[in-house]
Amino acid sequence: MLADILQYDFLRYTFITGILIGIIAPLLGTFIVVRRLSLIADALSHVTLGGIAFGLMIEKLFAIAFNPLFSGLVFSVLGSILIEKLRSVYKAYQELAIPIIMSAGVGLSIIFISIANGFNTDLLNYLFGSVSAVSQNDFFMILGISIFVLLVVTLFYKELFTLSFDEEYASISGIHAKQIHLLFIVLTALVIGSSIQIVGVLLVSSLMTLPVAAAMRISKGFKQMMFLSILFGELSVIIGLISGYYLSIPPGGTIVMISIIILLLTIGIKKINLFKKVREA
Amino acid sequence: MKEPIISMENISYGYDRKTVLDHISFEIPRGSFMGLIGPNGGGKTTLIKLILGLLKPDKGSIKLFGEPIDKFKDRNKIGFVSQKANAFNRGFPATVFEVVSTGLTAKVGYFKFFNHKDKAKILQAIEQVDMLDYAYRNIGDLSGGQQQRIFIARSLVNDPELLILDEPTVGIDAENVKRFYDLLHQLHDKRNITLLLVTHDTGTMTEHATDIVCLNKTLHFHGKSEEFNSLSEHDLSNIYGHALNIVTHNH
Repeated sequence: MLADILQYDFLRYTFITGILIGIIAPLLGTFIVVRRLSLIADALSHVTLGGIAFGLMIEKLFAIAFNPLFSGLVFSVLGSILIEKLRSVYKAYQELAIPIIMSAGVGLSIIFISIANGFNTDLLNYLFGSVSAVSQNDFFMILGISIFVLLVVTLFYKELFTLSFDEEYASISGIHAKQIHLLFIVLTALVIGSSIQIVGVLLVSSLMTLPVAAAMRISKGFKQMMFLSILFGELSVIIGLISGYYLSIPPGGTIVMISIIILLLTIGIKKINLFKKVREA
Repeated sequence: MKEPIISMENISYGYDRKTVLDHISFEIPRGSFMGLIGPNGGGKTTLIKLILGLLKPDKGSIKLFGEPIDKFKDRNKIGFVSQKANAFNRGFPATVFEVVSTGLTAKVGYFKFFNHKDKAKILQAIEQVDMLDYAYRNIGDLSGGQQQRIFIARSLVNDPELLILDEPTVGIDAENVKRFYDLLHQLHDKRNITLLLVTHDTGTMTEHATDIVCLNKTLHFHGKSEEFNSLSEHDLSNIYGHALNIVTHNH
C-alpha cells in the first residue's frame, strides 16, 4: 500500500485524513465517554447522513458540483445545537433529545435519497466508509477542522476537564459552563462530520468511544487516558485502512474490528495483572 | 463584633408555591465555625444554594463580604464541598492531582495554562489534607474518607476565607469522621478559615461548632453552641421534631 500511497493522490489523502481523525475522534471521545454522552455521537452521525443525502440530492437535481461533506458538516452542527435546545426543553428526560434528533436525521436522509432517485454507490461509501472517498477538497476541509479542534481543546483543556469532572462545581466556581459545553458539542459535530467518509455513518461513534473504553482500563489519570486513546485510535485507523485496502473491505469494518481487538487485549492485560497480584499475595 | 462574612436579611424562597425559607435573617461572623442544622427538607441545602448564587431569593437580600451578592465577583474566597462529593462518579479516570487542579481552573482564567506556581499550590493543598502520597493515584482507588479530603483540598487550593460543607460526613466511617473534624479544626484555628457546615447530625455538631443556626423553614435558633446545648429537651422537640430527640437521647 505504501507504494500505492505515493503513487495515487486519493489514497494519500485518505491515509493522511485517517491519521487526522485518528487523533481528533478519540481526543473528543475521551470527554464524551466520561460525560456519558456516547449516544450523542450516534445521533449526530445520522444527522450528518441527512446532510450528505441533501448534498447528493442537490448535486443530482441541479447537476452542479456540490461537496456533500459540506452540507453534512452544516447539518451535524445544526443538529448538535438542536440537541442542546431539546435537552433544556426536556429537563427531566434529557436523553430523549437523542432519539428525536437521530430519527429526524434518518427520516430526512430517506426523503432526500428518494427525491434524488434512490441509492447510488456514493451513499454506500458514506454508510460504511471508503478508502477512496476523500478528495483533495475534503482533505483540506478536514485538515482545517483538525487544526481548529486541536487548538480549541488545547486552549480550553482545563475548562473542559473541570466541566467533565463536576458540572455543578464548574458553574459555582465561575466557569461559563453552558457556553463551554456548547462549544464542545459543536466541536463534536465537526469531528463526526469529518470522520464519516472514512469510517462511515454507522460506525463513526465507535472511533470516538472504543479507543477510550480500552484506554480507560489501563490508564492512570485523565491525560494519560487521552493520549492512550489517541494511540489506540491511530493503531486502529492505520491497520484498518491498510487491511481494508488489501482485502477490498470498506475500512469502517476493519477499523472497528481492530479497535475491538485492542479493547479485548486491554481487558485481558488487566485480568492477567490481577491474577498475578492475587498469586503474589 | 467582627465583620460578618455573610449577612442575610429577610430571605424568603419557595419552589413553585411551597415556601421553603420564610423570612430568614442571620449573620456569619468572620472566624466562626457555624453549624447549620435542621431536619431534612428544612431548607438547609436551599440556603446554601442561595449563598452560592445558584438560586436567587424571592425576597430579601444577601451580602457576601459586605457586598450585595449580585455585585460580588471574588467567588474564589468561598470554597464549597458539595454533598455530591460523596456520590460522584467513582470510576472517573482522573488522578488526585487532576481533581484538585479543577479548583484552580476559574481562578487561573481562560486562555492560560497552569504554571509552576499553580502546580506547587495544588501539591500544597493536597499536603494540607495529608494526602500527598496519593497525589498521582486515581481518585476512584481511594476510600470515601480519603476522597472527601481530596474535595476539601480542591477548595483549599484557592485559599478561601469561607469554606461551606454540605453534609460532608454522610457515608464515611466513624474513624474518618474524627479525622475529618480534626482537619476542620486545624483549618479553622491555624488558617483562620470561617466554616459553615451543614448537617443533620446535631449531636456531633454542637461538640465542634462555635455557633449554631437551626433552620426549619423559619429560623428556630441562632446563637452559641453552649446556649443551644442548654436548651431543654422540650424546646428542642418544638424546634426539631423527633429526629433530634433520638440524637440527644444517644448523648
